[in-house]
Amino acid sequence: MAGEIVSIAVTVSLALLCVALVVAIVRLAKGPGLPDRVVALDLIAYLAISLIATFAIAADHPAFLDAATPLALIAFLGTIAFARYIQKQADQEEQP
Amino acid sequence: MKSLILQTIARLLLPLMILFSVFLMLRGHNEPGGGFIGGLVGAGAFSLYAVAFGPASARGVLRADPRTLLGLGLLVTVLSGFFAMVLGDAFLTGQWLIFHIGEADFHLGTALLFDIGVYLVVVGATLTVIFSLEEEST
Repeated sequence: MAGEIVSIAVTVSLALLCVALVVAIVRLAKGPGLPDRVVALDLIAYLAISLIATFAIAADHPAFLDAATPLALIAFLGTIAFARYIQKQADQEEQP
Repeated sequence: MKSLILQTIARLLLPLMILFSVFLMLRGHNEPGGGFIGGLVGAGAFSLYAVAFGPASARGVLRADPRTLLGLGLLVTVLSGFFAMVLGDAFLTGQWLIFHIGEADFHLGTALLFDIGVYLVVVGATLTVIFSLEEEST
């Protein structure tokens, strides 16, 4: 019984995560400005982490979590770097 | 750019990420992981610190010049291959010391030395690039 609930939950969450990933990629492609695209990229990274973690349950293989943990530790670094460049750009435009 | 949030979290995450990178390197023995991905996570830790506090203080935390680490790693990697030659096998053949501790076997091999070398090369090369870019932009 418990196993059934878990397998239903895993299937539903995998489907929802895939939909979220598609929507985030649409935002990445459309995003009017650079900041929107950076936020979309950040979201995609975290969705990927969730997908890997959910897939680890679905495949019953904990090795996939080893891919998720470094990704979670590293993913925000790119966002920070992008944030810095956006801020630097804004500073340069303010005082040319 | 000075951000209190980033500086606080960088100070917290630096030891955690280094610990995790060493863990990844050691478990590369027979599970997913290894010197390369461990080195990348370790370099990520120092580049986070460089973004938060500036490259000069990150160099201070690292203590050694990243280029020294690069050379040292390459040296360790090549040296690990010579163990096999001394014992009469082909270059880079894995050599194992097996200790019996109670019920368990403990395998210590030249593959670990090779992985440590790869780790140092990856940390050194990545940080050389990142520190140079950071210093140029400021």
